[in-house]
Amino acid sequence: MLIRKPTDIPPSEITPRAVYRARRRFLLAAGAGLAASLLPAAAAGVTVQPQVRRKLSPIVRGPYGTDEKLTPYEYVTTYNNFYEFGTGKSDPARNAGTLRKSPWTVAIEGEVKKPKRIALEDLLKLAPLEERIYRMRCVEGWSMVIPWVGFPLAKLIDWAEPTGNARYVEFVSLADPEQMPGVRVPILDWPYTEGLRLDEARHPLTLLAVGLYGEALLDQNGAPLRLVVPWKYGFKGIKSIVGIRFVERQPVTTWMRASPREYGFYANVNPEVDHPRWSQATERRIGEGGLFNRRIKTLMFNGYAEQVGQLYSGMDLRKYF
Amino acid sequence: MLPAKIALNWLRYLKGVVFLLALLPLARLLVLGVLDRLGANPVEFVLRSNGTSALTLLLATLAITPLQRWSGAGWLLALRRMLGLFAFFYAVLHVLSYVWLDQWFDWHAIAQDVMEHRYLLVGLLAFLLLIPLALTSTDGMMRRLGNRWRPLHRLVYLAGGLGVVHYLWLVKKDLTLPLAYGVVLGLLLAARLYPARRRSDVMPS
Repeated sequence: MLIRKPTDIPPSEITPRAVYRARRRFLLAAGAGLAASLLPAAAAGVTVQPQVRRKLSPIVRGPYGTDEKLTPYEYVTTYNNFYEFGTGKSDPARNAGTLRKSPWTVAIEGEVKKPKRIALEDLLKLAPLEERIYRMRCVEGWSMVIPWVGFPLAKLIDWAEPTGNARYVEFVSLADPEQMPGVRVPILDWPYTEGLRLDEARHPLTLLAVGLYGEALLDQNGAPLRLVVPWKYGFKGIKSIVGIRFVERQPVTTWMRASPREYGFYANVNPEVDHPRWSQATERRIGEGGLFNRRIKTLMFNGYAEQVGQLYSGMDLRKYF
Repeated sequence: MLPAKIALNWLRYLKGVVFLLALLPLARLLVLGVLDRLGANPVEFVLRSNGTSALTLLLATLAITPLQRWSGAGWLLALRRMLGLFAFFYAVLHVLSYVWLDQWFDWHAIAQDVMEHRYLLVGLLAFLLLIPLALTSTDGMMRRLGNRWRPLHRLVYLAGGLGVVHYLWLVKKDLTLPLAYGVVLGLLLAARLYPARRRSDVMPS
């Protein structure tokens, strides 16, 4: 029997120290790299850009409300769709805080007696601020209950004095790549625009909002001025408005341009008309039940059918989605 | 360059490390869940996390063969089955979070959802394709299937493709991430078209 003595191992079989050290380093690095790639950059908790929170007063209690539980402030201000600040839900809270809200003016154009510009301070004098608690239903199948602060858009329309030719209202957002990092990416056709039929715009539910939870809007919620149309999907609620144009023909909105098959001009909340990607029959209320949050049924016109149903009588809502 | 051979105890150690790393996404969900830090929409967060983990691990699995062919490091193959099974594990968690947390076993709603939304249909198809692969991943099944094992397991390419399409069709506007996964998958599949390096090129003489 041949017993090999340790000295029989040829030198070439022994791994040099430098080589095995390099191997160990490689394995460690590979492990760390894999770990890093498996952990998405941020946890779910959002680091919010510090912003000044400013109380609004006086606020009167508005005529509309709901006794549903309010969505916590934390979620209303950290779970947002505002592509001008990034496409992720937490991007706006993370990237916003850069908007220069003073001075802020809104241009009133188109079919009006006289085109004019109005400063935010003057706009706030048009009507007393009201609190309105509305449900907000996103086209993606989630919803919130938000205590908005604002006044009816109708008050501004009266002040703007549209001519008899005006049948629609078009809204334009700010699109400044310096203040809004998302605008540097051509993910949508900037600036963001939205539109309403004039009678929808004049409806008492339609709100020009400047705040929520009794405070001025934070950037991620569309500071300093945004639209809230509670019976329509959330994307109709255009944010950071700089222009309001009265027009004769139905405007083409940003999302209609992006995908006409998916997004229509009306975008009324309708559980019977499905979106190609999301079922609209049910929705998830944000901030309730944690992981065991059950979907709830979506209501026609987001539960505002009684107030707005007559605006669409005789219309095929499948065609005009 | 990767070493062509490593000692058996090193390989065992490496497999342990990879095993623990592959459990990290689940551990992260558990920790965030316990700390109540899953954000405004916890169900969506869990659903997406599991989906992303499944796809990531599927791509990691598909990276093994080209890596092994180019480096000649045969021991890499010992990791492939584990990575593949982890991809399946997260796919199961992904489907489970949809069926349970998202839909609460409302089979009627689920059937309607799948029939009406094409991204769900291809996602389901990708998942179904993974099931026979997981079931035939054991040594016993490999022996029993013999020559048929390889062609069967090529279904993983299709599953990967359908997984990427599922992701691509479900996002609203920002296609960056699904496209990135698509590009990586494309590269990994294209790499298979190159002939393997010969052993003698790799071994020091």
